[in-house]
Amino acid sequence: MLKNLCKKMFGRSLWVYHANSGGCNGCDIEVLNALTPYYDVERFGIKLVGSPRHADVMLCQGPAMRSTAKALMRAYEAMPSPKLVFAVGSCACGGGIWHDSYSVIGPVEKILPVSYYIPGCPPRPEAIIYGVAVALGLVKKKVAPVEFKQPEYTIPLYHPGDRLPENKSEKS
Amino acid sequence: MSVMSKIKETIICLKAGRVTLPYPADPQPAPPAFRGRPIFDASKCIGCGGCAGNCPAREILLLDICQEIRILKYLGRRCAYCGRCADVCPEKAITMSKEFENATDTIGDIGQTLELFMSTCQRCGRCFKEQSPLEQLKMKGYRFDDMQNERWIFRSQSYLGDAPFTDDIKIEME
Repeated sequence: MLKNLCKKMFGRSLWVYHANSGGCNGCDIEVLNALTPYYDVERFGIKLVGSPRHADVMLCQGPAMRSTAKALMRAYEAMPSPKLVFAVGSCACGGGIWHDSYSVIGPVEKILPVSYYIPGCPPRPEAIIYGVAVALGLVKKKVAPVEFKQPEYTIPLYHPGDRLPENKSEKS
Repeated sequence: MSVMSKIKETIICLKAGRVTLPYPADPQPAPPAFRGRPIFDASKCIGCGGCAGNCPAREILLLDICQEIRILKYLGRRCAYCGRCADVCPEKAITMSKEFENATDTIGDIGQTLELFMSTCQRCGRCFKEQSPLEQLKMKGYRFDDMQNERWIFRSQSYLGDAPFTDDIKIEME
């Protein structure tokens, strides 16, 4: 039983390459915090490697910037497949606060196919471990889209005739 | 002496015991001052758009599809969890929850979309009346934010629908 459990828990060791393409270093520190003995990610077989050629997973931090997008692309192409890309932090997930400025292209998913998103600014080390655990299949994801819709119009439209095209043409 | 110091270190390490958190199996509560995902309460929201005007990441979008219905869309993807929207909300419809386990494989999971009913003034036909001339300068009439490309549309700039902000990335990639 224990062997099966271990096989289930530690069957796949993810070797992690950690690429910062213009972030503020906050997510880097949280990722390194997750590697400390306090939040020990090596119990999942996760190991930080220095080269993308050894890695299975790329942790992207920071948005895709004009100056670093090409290097990020090359690092992704150097990884052997199958490969996963994690977008850590709100910069990598959505481009961050400066998503529409000149030097920022946008989220990492404009350059690379991103498989898992870990939002947060910066995400807590627990949140990063939770994202990895979602990827390994240990836990289920908690978030779901929320949509609130009006069941019916409580009063009729103000000038419903104005919105019809034939009435507009008559008036003008 | 070095052997003695090693033994001392070993004893200290053994005394400390296990310090690793059994995290995914054992949930860890967030500290009390932690700000997590904002939760929008559609029953309290009056649709004033203050959160959309104050969001530093410009990710709360408004779209007035007709006179009475206003769509408020919170993307969540580039949220910095600063809590400004909760501060500025006059009805306290936005609460900063302590949820931080937001990891997902589709980015649409962390968005929230509210369809709000706006009652109009029968005389002027507007949703509400602005108070000061400064506020009238800030927001005049409707807003048509781009839901497809998830961007604001600034009134001062002309804007083409499908044009990306930076188009020369394709040139740099070659």
